[in-house]
Amino acid sequence: MRVAGKGLYDQSRRIGFSFDGKPMSGIEGDTLASALLASGVRLMGRSFKYHRPRGVLTAGSEEPNALVTIGQGAQAEPNVRATVQELFAGLNAQSQNRWPSLRADLLSVNDLAAPFFSAGFYYKTFMWPRAFWERVYEPIIRRAAGLGALSGRHNEDHYEKAFAFCDVLVIGGGPSGLMAALTAARSGADVILADEDQRFGGRLLAETEEVDGQPGAEWAASMVRELEGMDNVRLMPRTTVTGAYDQGTYGALERVGLHRPREAHLPLECFWRIVARRAILCAGALERPIAFPNNDRPGIMMAGAVRAYLNRWGVAPGQRVAVFGNNDDAHRTARDLAAAGVTVAAVIDSRAEPGVSGDFPTYSGAQVVATRGRQGLTGLTVRHSGGTVDIGADCLAMSGGWNPSLHLTCHMNGRPDWSESLHTFVPRAGAIPGLVAAGACNGTFSTSACLSEAIAATKAAVSELGFKPAAIKAPRADGAAYRIEPLWAVEGKGRKWIDFQNDVHVKDVLLAAQENFRSVEHMKRYTTQGMATDQGKSSNVVALAVLADATGRGIPQTGTTTFRPPYSPVSIAAMGAGAQGKGFAPERFTTSDQASRDRAAPMIEAGLWYRPSYFPRPGEATWREACDREVTMVREAVGVCDVSTLGKIDIQGPGAAQLLDFVYTNTFSTLPVGKVRYGLMLREDGHVMDDGTTARLGEQHFVMTTTTAAAGLVMRHLDFVLQVLRPDLDVRIISVTEQWAQFGVAGPQAREVINSLIDAPVDHATMPYMACAPVQVGGVGGRLFRISFSGEHAYELAVPARYGESLYRLLVAQAEALGGGPYGMEALNVLRIEKGHITHAEIHGRTTAFDIGFDRMVSRKKDCVGQTSAARPGLIGPEREQLVGLRSVTPADKLTAGAHLFAGGEAAVRANDQGYVTSVCWSPTLGSNIGLAFLRNGRARHGERVRLVDHLRRIETVCEVCDPVFVDPEGGRLRG
Amino acid sequence: MANLIATPPFGDTLPVTVGATTITERPIERAASVAPFAGRAKAVSAALKQAIGLGLTGPGEWAAKGEASVIWFGRDTWLVIGAEVPESLQADAAVTDQSDAWACLRIDGPQAEAALARLVPLDLRAAAFGTGRTARSLIGHMSASITRAGGQGYDLMVMRSMARTLAHEVAEALQSVAARGA
Amino acid sequence: MRLTCPLCGERDRREFYYGGDAMALERPAPDAGDVAWNDYVHLRDNPAGATRDLWYHDGGCGTWLVVERDTLTHAIAKVTPASEVAR
Repeated sequence: MRVAGKGLYDQSRRIGFSFDGKPMSGIEGDTLASALLASGVRLMGRSFKYHRPRGVLTAGSEEPNALVTIGQGAQAEPNVRATVQELFAGLNAQSQNRWPSLRADLLSVNDLAAPFFSAGFYYKTFMWPRAFWERVYEPIIRRAAGLGALSGRHNEDHYEKAFAFCDVLVIGGGPSGLMAALTAARSGADVILADEDQRFGGRLLAETEEVDGQPGAEWAASMVRELEGMDNVRLMPRTTVTGAYDQGTYGALERVGLHRPREAHLPLECFWRIVARRAILCAGALERPIAFPNNDRPGIMMAGAVRAYLNRWGVAPGQRVAVFGNNDDAHRTARDLAAAGVTVAAVIDSRAEPGVSGDFPTYSGAQVVATRGRQGLTGLTVRHSGGTVDIGADCLAMSGGWNPSLHLTCHMNGRPDWSESLHTFVPRAGAIPGLVAAGACNGTFSTSACLSEAIAATKAAVSELGFKPAAIKAPRADGAAYRIEPLWAVEGKGRKWIDFQNDVHVKDVLLAAQENFRSVEHMKRYTTQGMATDQGKSSNVVALAVLADATGRGIPQTGTTTFRPPYSPVSIAAMGAGAQGKGFAPERFTTSDQASRDRAAPMIEAGLWYRPSYFPRPGEATWREACDREVTMVREAVGVCDVSTLGKIDIQGPGAAQLLDFVYTNTFSTLPVGKVRYGLMLREDGHVMDDGTTARLGEQHFVMTTTTAAAGLVMRHLDFVLQVLRPDLDVRIISVTEQWAQFGVAGPQAREVINSLIDAPVDHATMPYMACAPVQVGGVGGRLFRISFSGEHAYELAVPARYGESLYRLLVAQAEALGGGPYGMEALNVLRIEKGHITHAEIHGRTTAFDIGFDRMVSRKKDCVGQTSAARPGLIGPEREQLVGLRSVTPADKLTAGAHLFAGGEAAVRANDQGYVTSVCWSPTLGSNIGLAFLRNGRARHGERVRLVDHLRRIETVCEVCDPVFVDPEGGRLRG
Repeated sequence: MANLIATPPFGDTLPVTVGATTITERPIERAASVAPFAGRAKAVSAALKQAIGLGLTGPGEWAAKGEASVIWFGRDTWLVIGAEVPESLQADAAVTDQSDAWACLRIDGPQAEAALARLVPLDLRAAAFGTGRTARSLIGHMSASITRAGGQGYDLMVMRSMARTLAHEVAEALQSVAARGA
Repeated sequence: MRLTCPLCGERDRREFYYGGDAMALERPAPDAGDVAWNDYVHLRDNPAGATRDLWYHDGGCGTWLVVERDTLTHAIAKVTPASEVAR
């Protein structure tokens, strides 16, 4: 019910929305919860375990009950707290965890079976038979459990991440936070003020108290106006600081598009990484419930929430409201309600001598011992010194006291301290380097003291940063002391709920204690107390107190649970924002990319690069046909392939040759200028890191190539060697991978193609195998290398990348004129397997130079990385699995990579494993399936037969072991 | 004889204008990295100054004169853009042609900084990253050079093959910022 | 987590690559023997407290750094270019 003239918003500005398909209306400034309450809706959801009818408990992000689904289809967002969701025109909300409807929910039979569902029910019940765990029990439990459901569809919504930096981050924009922000800003610091609410002011928006002689909300608004006018202040409303991390980094979730209709490009949320030199935590406090019998009926709410709905949104949550508390806030609530014309049915104060009173029935030393009303509160029973009395009420406001919101101070392993005077935990100073708590979150509960504390804390912080603190005085404000006598649980029959969201009640905690789960961490996991999405914000301290009582210990001796980030739920989409599509993996395109796509080549990913798989021609039905043709084309005519993705590192300096001698197993200092050499690089543990060719362009100038996959790794390794292991070497390195577009031209006609495009033709004398030379291509300076991956007469021609596309098209045209053409990755792979050339399929991190048959390449005349380890026993010898070739005995029989090898009649089990297959292909050149494999003592076993077994694909093939070089083992073709 | 035609790195992805903020290609005609050998930085700086009027800058700094600029580019490395590095320098420094290695765009306008804050983990506030500042950092997962070009403008460089991803990511960040409205 | 690179200043952890224990600086001589090489290549302490490890400013200037930090408090005591330590 809206109370005319009450609240901070204009009640004439109506907004239409729907709840469970029913059209309703609220006003601008409403949350979904305030709008529903104003429309008389008390039942907002069903509980997690027992499907009990639940109404809204709080007015903030700590809400455990009023969880709804917003939106439809792929855009549906489950488990949205109605207390946080701002109303906008067309908002579509549905209740959840009920079937068929919120009022008649069939699974509420769980509630009738409640005696069986005590803590540990699942652990005790679903123990056997073991075979039922995954096939029977889990599906049943999963169907019954859970809150809202995901759509299961791809989410097209846009989320964002961002970075921000400031001198002072103020967390929370209530009276303390506003005061802290103004103090820091006037002192000249760069300030970020973040608050989870849409509007700054905190409790001042919910109370009737005055600050500086004005209503609290007006004072807050005037503070915001001043802060808005300052260049060094960034105000971040709707932003929850969710975590405190190392070196002054804070995570914060901003609601950007959740309070308005969807718009193109507008993110729903932004996840901020805020780096602050100092932080002032002004997160306020959260009110805690009292555990009395059936304290969960719709209509039973926190007293502070009742005041918030009344004073901020002008909504009376009931027509006859009773108030139950153990502190003065109960009376404050009654006073506000009475002043607004709402009937106060009774004030029930557990204290014998409250010391305050008002113009309403008051019971001192009294407790609520029973409540009535299945789908909403209708009445309650009060036990007081004179007996019991039944009171009719449709709303009960409760206050068990306040817990400082100290969560962030625990995020780096800090533990809070128990305050015997406040009966709550307070933060420990210094728990987060650079962060200080001020105000209610620090256990300072009067507004006046909050303001003073915020100023003092901020002045100290800005002084540490070298700013001169501004002269600023705390405005006049309410200075009333916080008076509380602890009351956690009320004696009486019926379930007394503690954790509303996970349906944990007092008896569950007692049962945990009885079954010896006495540690708070064990109790929590046994009962699921505090493990729901609200993380026990309202309930943890009550549960702890009940456990302490049951185990005969004090609360500080019982301990506290650890608060971890995030403070309130953060959607995975927001955390992963920026990491989809190109943000997840940048796309790297070669200069020939468009030319390949023009020929309808399917592109495959090679790391971040895109490379053509094959070039289909009319009449070719499968990739294999295209691949076979391309292989034969290279072997018989000429093929062109973009090899620019290989890493290229420019190495210059007086120590350049020594560096290469140190990182490669073989010697490069002897390489003549104008020559290229293949090199093998080891890790320090003796295993192969990478391989590639390096060309000597000048006495002190080399260009090294790496494999596509290891380009970054090798660069890092070279930097490590130069900066750490060999700082004596004067060498400079820089990547030139992107400077040069480089194309392989391979096949008997390769020289014709090259000579048709370079300005001065080459011949065998000027350009023998493994030579390199600068060339001119149409007047553009390039580099020509006579190297071969395919085993054919081949070259690689490099030009500056801007000319890459142009050169590629020319090379392909020239090749086609000679019966050749482009070839893709599939053909490249077949060509190199036929030639026995290794890739990272073979040098996968567990193979040594010995394994691949290159141990003679490990020079003993000089030290190099990995040399000592490579000679270690166990890394050399017949017990090693060594590189071999495999040919299926029946040519059409398949070989599969990943399959294992076994001797003739031995069972295909691990104990008999002789090795494994790394690369396979159909060789059109040999007319057979072939492969590369690692076989125990393989080099001595050429000619033997082994059995290839692939358990996954159910393939068995008898293979003959052979030399890994299938084609032209003498190398006549590539030298010719 | 072959006639090679140059292809620019960004394709049709640029320019992009959102409100008063623009993203445009900054073509690099000529660029070279200069990495002085041990103990030769001073000599290299002096020689460079004589040749193009600009010496080597301090870490995180850049300078320009006419068409030429010198940008600190990492440990012991500078990038000289828009001017020929004299051959005489090669005795004292590794000089490597980088004319085609990098793609450069400029984002300029009132929402440039906010858009960059979506992609770059750098403190871009004027006090930390004002005129004359440059940084090697990341744009998303891309290794990048980020330079305060002056005013509200930034020059962003990534490896040439990633040019289109850069244009896409920066444009998307800018549109995202602009969609919030004032 | 943030590291202060001596060249670039304070930067986000995402710019850095973790390079393991800083004992990688102390490479034994080729003939130091199996025990020394086994220690160097394979054996690492796992301290609760002060530690010294290598980070590479991969997404920055390319400097290898020796970082002295505390695995319990996450406090960073010192960041030095590895080349200065190695010298």
